[in-house]
This record gives sequence, C-alpha cells and structure tokens, in this order.
Amino acid sequence: MTRSPAAPSGSLLAAAGLHKAYGPTTALAGADFSVHPGEVVAVMGPSGSGKSTLLHCLAGIVRPDAGTVRYGARDLSALPDAERSALRRTEFGFVFQFGQLVPELTCLENVALPLRLNGVKRREAELQALHRLEQLEVADARGKRPGEISGGQSQRVAVARALVTTPRVIFADEPTGALDSLNGERVMRLLTEAARDTRAAVVLVTHEARVAAYSDREVVVRDGRARDMAGVGLS
Amino acid sequence: MTARNDEHGTPRPGRGPADRPTGPAGAAAWFRDLRMGARFTVAGGREGLLRAVLTALAVGLGVAVLAVAASVPHLLDERDRRTAARQVDTPLEFEQPGHEPRKSSGTLVYRDAGTDFRDKKVGGALLRPEGADAPVPPGVTDLPRPGEMVVSPALGRLLDTDAGKLLRERLPYRTVGTIAPAGLVGPSELFFYAGDGRLAPGDGAVRIDHFGDDAPGLPTDGELVVLIALACVILLLPVGVFISAAVRFGGEGRDRRLAALRLVGADGATARRIAAGEALCGALLGLLAGAGIFLFTRGFATHVTVRDVTLFPSDVTPSPALAALIAVAVPVLTVVVTLSALRRVAIEPLGVVRGAPTRRRRLWWRLLIPAVGLALLVPSTVAVARSPFYGPVETAMVATGAALLLIGVAAVLPWLVEACVARFRGGPLPWQLATRRLQAGSGTAARAVSGITVAVAGAIAVQMVLSGMQSGHDRPGGSVASWSHVKASYRPGTPEEIVAYTKAFRATPGVQDAVAFVEQYATVPGKEHDVTTVHVADCSVLRTLARIDSCREGDVFVATEKDGEVNTAGRFPPGTALEMDGFERAKERGTPAYRWTVPASARVVETLPGPTGDHQYGVLATPSAIDARAIPDARTTVLARVDPGDRDDSVERFRNTAAAVDPGMRVWRLGGVVKENHLAAVEEGLTIGAVCVLALIALSMLVGTLEQLRERRRALSVLVACGTSRATIGWSVLWQTAVPVALGMALAVGSGLGLGRLLLALIDERVRDWFAFVPLICAGAGMIVLVTVACLPALWRLTRPEGLRTE
Amino acid sequence: MSIGHTLLALLESGPCHGYDLKRAFDARFGHDRPLHYGQVYATMSRLLKNGLVEVDGIEHGDGPERKRYAITDAGITDVGRWLAEPEKPEPYLQSVLYTKVVVALLTGRDADSLLDAQRTEHLRLMRELTRRKVSGDLADQLICDHALFHLEADLRWLEITAARLDQLAEAVRP
Repeated sequence: MTRSPAAPSGSLLAAAGLHKAYGPTTALAGADFSVHPGEVVAVMGPSGSGKSTLLHCLAGIVRPDAGTVRYGARDLSALPDAERSALRRTEFGFVFQFGQLVPELTCLENVALPLRLNGVKRREAELQALHRLEQLEVADARGKRPGEISGGQSQRVAVARALVTTPRVIFADEPTGALDSLNGERVMRLLTEAARDTRAAVVLVTHEARVAAYSDREVVVRDGRARDMAGVGLS
Repeated sequence: MTARNDEHGTPRPGRGPADRPTGPAGAAAWFRDLRMGARFTVAGGREGLLRAVLTALAVGLGVAVLAVAASVPHLLDERDRRTAARQVDTPLEFEQPGHEPRKSSGTLVYRDAGTDFRDKKVGGALLRPEGADAPVPPGVTDLPRPGEMVVSPALGRLLDTDAGKLLRERLPYRTVGTIAPAGLVGPSELFFYAGDGRLAPGDGAVRIDHFGDDAPGLPTDGELVVLIALACVILLLPVGVFISAAVRFGGEGRDRRLAALRLVGADGATARRIAAGEALCGALLGLLAGAGIFLFTRGFATHVTVRDVTLFPSDVTPSPALAALIAVAVPVLTVVVTLSALRRVAIEPLGVVRGAPTRRRRLWWRLLIPAVGLALLVPSTVAVARSPFYGPVETAMVATGAALLLIGVAAVLPWLVEACVARFRGGPLPWQLATRRLQAGSGTAARAVSGITVAVAGAIAVQMVLSGMQSGHDRPGGSVASWSHVKASYRPGTPEEIVAYTKAFRATPGVQDAVAFVEQYATVPGKEHDVTTVHVADCSVLRTLARIDSCREGDVFVATEKDGEVNTAGRFPPGTALEMDGFERAKERGTPAYRWTVPASARVVETLPGPTGDHQYGVLATPSAIDARAIPDARTTVLARVDPGDRDDSVERFRNTAAAVDPGMRVWRLGGVVKENHLAAVEEGLTIGAVCVLALIALSMLVGTLEQLRERRRALSVLVACGTSRATIGWSVLWQTAVPVALGMALAVGSGLGLGRLLLALIDERVRDWFAFVPLICAGAGMIVLVTVACLPALWRLTRPEGLRTE
Repeated sequence: MSIGHTLLALLESGPCHGYDLKRAFDARFGHDRPLHYGQVYATMSRLLKNGLVEVDGIEHGDGPERKRYAITDAGITDVGRWLAEPEKPEPYLQSVLYTKVVVALLTGRDADSLLDAQRTEHLRLMRELTRRKVSGDLADQLICDHALFHLEADLRWLEITAARLDQLAEAVRP
C-alpha cells in the first residue's frame, strides 16, 4: 500500500528504502522520503512509528541499515562520520523538542555556536547570532542562560540557532512539543517564515495536526514506512 | 554513631495528626535510616558499586597512610631497642681500660671492627670469650670461634657475590652462621661478629660481661623535629582533605536520591541520617580496605631504606591507641564532612537546591588562614638565627604554621578557580564550552583539586627541605680533599711500625703515594689559642713532609708553609715550650699532659705538599727527639693518594691493607664519599604518595566529569547532531579538567616553594633545587590527559543519536 | 445522503425487508436516534426510483405488505464512491465518519485509505486556515483558530480510529 514518494526529480533531499533497527526493535522498514527546496514537509505518525528515526537518517545523524539518503549528488549513508558532521554543521539546521541549548552558554553564544564550529570569528558569529535572535523576537534573552528563560523563548533561541548558518534543510523534531498552543504557534510561524525567506526546506516531525498545518505536504510514518499523503484520496 | 538525638527522636507538636503512625522514632529511626543509607552505598547497581569501591579505596589509602604514621613510634622504639641491645659500653678510641669487669668465665673481650665498603657502613666486632659463660650478642646463638664469623644475611649475600670480593679479603674469617633479626637494626644491615683468639683488652678492645646499653638516647636535633612535624602535617593533611573529598564521590547522585526520598515523605532529618549512613558505610569499607592495603604494603617495608637502614615489616605496627583513634576518627570525620556539606544544600522533594549558588566566594577568611600560618612561621625563621635548638613551643609553632599555610592553600583554591574562570571570555570554542561550564559551577572541581594542591604543595616543600639538607651533608669538607685521597688513623706506632705501614700502603696496588706519622696537637701553655701540630716520624718520612737538606735522628724542625695562612715559624719558633694534652676522658683518667720544648737547635724549614696535597705544617720531630709514647691520645696518621682511574677498588684495597695491619684501624675517604642517599626513600615515598593522591583525585574528577556529562547528555547529543565534532567536545572536557588542575598546581607550586624556602630558612639551609616540583607537574599534566581520555568512551556513548530520543 | 448510502451498504450483504433494514441500522448506528419506519420507506422508494435497489419480492401477510429489497450494481458503485470521497471537513462529523468506517468494514472495503483520505482533506483545510490565520488580523486568527481546534479534534479522532481499526473490524463483523 505504500506509495512511492513524490517524484525525487528536483528534490533536495531524498531517501529510498530506508531500514533501521535498534536491537530487536525495527524503527524503519523500507521508508521513502523526499523534500524539495523551500518545501515544508510534515512527518506525522503515532509514537514509536519511527518518525524521529527517519529524521535522524535523513539528517545523517544515524546511518541506516539499508537504503540511501541522497542530498544533492551525495549519498549521505555512504559518507564518513566527519563529512556527515561537516554537512550537518554547514547545510543543515536542527530544532529539537527541548534541552538542546548548552546550559552554560548564554543564548547569544548558543546561537553563535554553529557559526563558530564553522570557524567564524567570535565577534562576527555573535553579530549574526544577534541578528537571528532579533528575527526570532528573542533578542532580550541574548545575555541570559537557557535556564533563565521560558520554554517558548528557549525554543525560539533554538530556531535562531538552527537558522544562523542559513542552512538548506532545517530538521525540526517536535519543535513545539514542550510548548503551549500560543507559544507553539509563534515558534512555527517564525520558523516557517524564516525558512521561506531563505528557501530552506523544512522536515518537521510532529504529532500535532495544528503544527503540521504549517507544512506544505505531509508524510505519515506507520509501522516503519513513510506514506506520502499528497496522492491519497485522489484515486 | 547511633547516639540518640532527642531533637529528632521526639515528635514535634503541630506536625500532622498525632494518632497517625509516623514510623519508628529515636534510636530506632536512626538505626533504620543509617541502614538504609548503607544499603544505598552497596546496592546502587554497577555505578553505585564503582562509587563505593572508589570511596573505599580512597578512604582506605588514607587509612593506610594514617596507619603507617601511627606505626612510626613503635618502629623507632623497636629500632632503638635492638640497637641498644647489642651495644657494649665501648670506651672511646685509644682509651685505656676503665671500669671494666674482672676477667671471669662470664666475660668476653670485645673490639669494634666496623669498616666501610664502597662507602657503605659495615658494622662488626671482634670477640674473644674468656670462659664458657661469656655473653652472646643478640641474634647470635653460638659465639664464633677464632677465625670464624657470623654475618648478617645481607653481608652474607654481599660476600658471596663478585662485588664483595675485596671485602672478603678484608674479613678473612670463615662464615659459620647468620645473625638473626633480633641482632640487627634492619634486614639489609651489613654486620658481623668474628672470633679473634689474640684479642686482649686495650687498644680499643674492652672486657664486657653483658651486651646491651641502657644509656638514654640522644635528644633529637632540631632539623629532625621540624622534618617530622612537617611530614606529619603534610602527610596527614592531604589524607584528611582526601578522605573528605572521597566521601563526596557521587555526591550529586546521592543528593538526587535523597530528593526522591523526600518526595515520598522522608523529612530533612531523615535525609541527613540516610546520608550519614551512606558516609559511614563508605568509611567502614574504607577502614577495611585500609587495613588490607596496610598489611599488603607492609610486606614491602624491607625495600624501604631510611638512613642506610631498612625496616623489618614487623616493625611497622601501629600502636594500639593510635589504631583505635584512626578507627574512630575516620568514620566520625566522614560523617561530619557529609553533614556539613549537606548544610549548604537544601534537599527538597522536587530536587536539590544548592545554597546561594550565585553568591561570590569571599576571599578574606580564606587569606586569613595562610596569613596566620605565615605569621607563625616567619618569627621562627628569625629565631633560628639566635638559637638553632627548638623547644616544644617553637616546634608547635612550626607545625601549626605549616599546617595553616597548607590548609589556607586548599581554602584559597576554590576562590582562585572561581575568580580566574569568571574572567575568561571568548577563546576557541572548546575552551569557551569548558570555561562556561566551570563558571556555572566550579565548586566540585575546585574541591577535588584542593586535595591535590595540599598534597603537592606539601610534597614540594618537603622535597626542597630534603634536598637542602642532603646537599648540606654532602658539602665538601675542605679545599685540599680530592676524591682519591684517603686517610687512616690508628694508635701511635713505633718508628719501625711507621716505616712498615708506609711501605705496606705504598705496596698496595692502586695506592700512588702514602706517608705515615704520629701526630698530636700542641698548645703553648697558658695560651690556649696558640695551637700547632707535632709530627713524629723518622727522617725518611720527614723529608717527604718538608724541604729538609740534612736530617739525622734526634733532629727537630719547625715547618712553615710558604705563603700559608699560619706563620708557624713566627708563632712557634725554636725554643717554644709546648704542652700536649689528651682528650677529655684521658684527663678524667688523670693521664698527665706531656710537656716538651722545641729544642733551640731546631731548624725552620719549608713544607712540601704531602700525598693528599696538603701541607703538614707545625713541628716535625724525629722519634728520639720526643717520647711519642708519652703523648696522651697521640695517633698514627696515614695519608695516601690512590689511583684516580681505579679509585673505588683502590680505596677498598687500601682498607684491606689497613685491616691487615689491625682491624681497628679507621679509614676515611677525604671527600667524594658517595653515601647512599639516605633521604632518597623519603623523597621517593613522598613522590609516590603525591602521585597516588593525584591518581585518586584523577579518579574522583573522572567520576564527577562523567556525572556531569551524563546530566548534559541531551545537550551533547544535540551538539553532535548539529555537526559538532567529537574532538571539539573532547577538548572541552580536557580544558574543563585542565583549568582547575593547572590553577591548583600553580598554587601548589607557588605555596610549596614558599613554604620550602621558609622551612629551609628554619634549619638554616639554602635552597638547592628550585625545580624539584617538575616531576609532580608532569604527573599533574598526565592526570589531566588521563581523565580526559577515560571520559572519551563515555562521551562517545553519550553523544550517540540515541540520546536524542525523547521517548 | 448518508442514510441512503448506509441502507444501501447494509443491503450489500444480501436482500432484506425494510423492517429488517431498520433493525440492522438501529443496531449499528442508531444508538441515540432510531430510524422511523417512514424514513426507511421514503429512503427506499428514492433509491428504488434512482435504480440503486430493486424489489426482490413481496410478502403478503396479516399486516401491510412487505417488500424485499436487493442492491443493484449501480447501488454498489454508489456506496463505493460515497466511501472513497472524503467528507467536507466540518465540525461534528464523527457520526458520518463513524458510519462510513463501519460501512467500509462491513462491506469489506479499505477503511484505512478512507481514513487517510479524510485526514488529508482535514489537513488541507487546516493548512488553508493556517495560511489565512498567519496573514490575517486578530479576528481572522481567532475565527480560524476555532475551526482549527475543532478540525484538530476530528483529526485526532481519525488517527485514534485508524489505530483501532482492527479492534473495530472484529466488533462489527461477528
């Protein structure tokens, strides 16, 4: 019943036939996926369906047991760890549900972190970081540490951090999972707006329909397979 | 520890319905809570077990050190007892027989025959029993018969080897037995008793009817008092700091556990009692481990050499009172430390609130401690200039001062780490991550490192003092001495003997030149400060001592050194009346001084350098011009120069020749004596101890860092997901360890050098080795690397993407 | 429309009388409001007129005459079309959706894709509302949010139903 995903032609990031098991637990069993530049794709599905694993595979954090992940001309699943790290550092941005900010660094330093990992000078990095914080309406928190700001603020700081390197793909894993509706909506609005501004693709893992409503397209992961919903219902 | 605490034992009013059961009260509650704490210690899974083992090991190490320290009195007593047991009431050299027992079947003639072999002392005595009931020295079952000897095991081994060949020639006796430990000060002591059938009282031999001397021991000298006081402070302080650090291993985990207990209804007092139970359990395990470590390491006591003498393991036994004190003090210390640490922490049901985390540490009281220490030490340095001897007050001042200085160092460190770290901004990313982490909470790291600081500062100070003292001992005695010069001394010989000795020594292989003469000091009566030496020898010898054109028996010369410091010819011209007196005991015996006048016919001559290069200025007399036998305490002096190319063997051959003349002849090397470094063991032990402390603190830092990493697991996983290379995180862990350790080391080196300098001033020595601390610094650097490397596997594991999973 | 489609679907399992149809409907879907017999009669005559059912036979007894209805091929196609077409998302859809799911299960059609189609439709509308909300003023936002929350509730129902489809199939298929 699994349909092949939207045609990978012109796609920025495409995965085919992904398999991944953690010990006896099968997380992915032949999942396909693709995303185009500037597209926001929601990955939905019940808990434990493998949607986070799909995201981890797509982002090159986890190497799938089988299948390929193509980013442009490169096969992520074949790259060595160092190159995948470099790719994540330069081309991808990440937002997670919680606990992603380094607790000892100030918000500004947290946002500047990816740039500094790329070798940008501290002053320059923090300048750009400040710009992103302003864009995410959280510049007030720049001097504070993650423990001293609210959950909504810290998610916006996290989004700012994901955006700071102007990535081509932003991976967001339940970015609003720990937030109330209003804060969640705000984060989603800012995230999708910023992504559209920069033509970044967004892979958005969520189980909330209202969050998924910010996407252009949705993929449902069920039993380790990804089902592209664009074609459903037209038959 | 199970004392009833009424405050907690009686229910307070207004604390919930009184008719509800509230669990046991009083002692029962104490017991229950302590037991629960103990269970937490031993039943915490693999990690809890590791923590328990670490704590036990650390406390055990501390306990073992304490046990060794507690053994010192017993050890010294034992050694003194054995030394005294074999002592005989030996008269001084050349002394005539004094109050000796009459010859009987229960007497024995004893003569000291100690020698040196390759600059190592070989103790020994010649014995001749005068009857069947002659006393037997301790450790010996049967007296050796003439031509036989009994030897210590170490001497026996030495004689069996090639290295002991030359010594074998000197001891031409057949070995018939060994001396038991009861007759030896230490297991590696070189000692022998030989039978000599011709031995007669006189010439250093004495008749005795028993072994053993109960003369009171010599008072300890100031140097040693300072050293002992210091060693105690330096060894025991880090042990205290260390034990208190050890019981805090895994403190954060424990606090969380206690918070969980509070959530289900344990009150604050219960939580504290449980914590006390955990600490107590750790301490008891530590005591057991300590006993084990102590018994194990005691076996190695034979390898420890202190002042040329090694120890028997059985000597290292703690005195019962001190052992009991340790058994009580260590658990009490751990409980007190735990409870006082908990005072700063509020364990609430929802988590642990550390008291006022944002409050800056204050400096003034931290500085006050070392300042008081300095204030105690500095006056003592001034006082030493006036009197080199110490009373109990001064000793206490020095020990307290040193202790306060070291405690102060430990107290200043947390402030220093905090103050330094707060100033760090920017820098490369790993550095920034590390410093920010330290800024967020440097207390744990600083506490661990303060243990190192005290230990290292103490070790550096002691090392400086030791090397200062040592070089003091090895300082060259005079300008003339060179490494190939030897001097021997013996009772006054007859002119024939003198010639024979000279010939014998000159014939010894490796001896390049030798000269012998009888000599004694002489003063001008009534003018005690006009001292010269009278040398008695025949013309052939005298010609080598001075530029003498003609010499006949009966001639006397006044020899003056050209351009020398002493104008002998001017101060003791021919015709000067001289008086030659014996040493103190000769005076006591009533031996009269010998009066003699330099004949007016004496000629003034110029000295020549002798075999050893120095000039024998003074009065030179031929045997018939003076009655050498009447001069009290006169002695024969042999001066020789050996082949510098084969110096060590030549010296031993010279000694063999001397021993052949008479086993009682004393031989010295003039300079170049390579004494086995008797403080090397102390120094080595100190370094090993410091390194052990470093290693254990490294372990505790490792535990802390791992705990910290685990807490940050999510942030770390996210960092890796964002593309942070693990190297970056690894470096940040390195810096995080390195910064406090480096600061601690810097503080330790600074204060150690300062303390060492002050202590050297106390014993009036100069600093000889400013760089004794370098090995410890290396150990510290190694420790940083080790902690980091040991963290890496866990880091790798923690940064796996699984850390990102939220379910 | 839905009562007609439901009755049609019930006929798929075999011809039956109008009264039996009412009983079968009430048993499965009429928990709160049982059908009036008149409703059944009116619906059946409309279906008959549209050629979706045919009269299989007439029984003459004591009471009124009883017609036996059977579904035609056109009727079967009509049920299939009805099931495949997602409902226009609007509040309080559950009863219709539930009916459709049960019907699909009863008639051996794919309930999964029915639910998927419906959730896609829901999400499509939610996207539209979200877009309007993001670009609109506060009043727009509040109105859209109201709709969004309701749609979200439906969507959650769809998801939970999808997750329990096997259980449901067992319950409706004796």
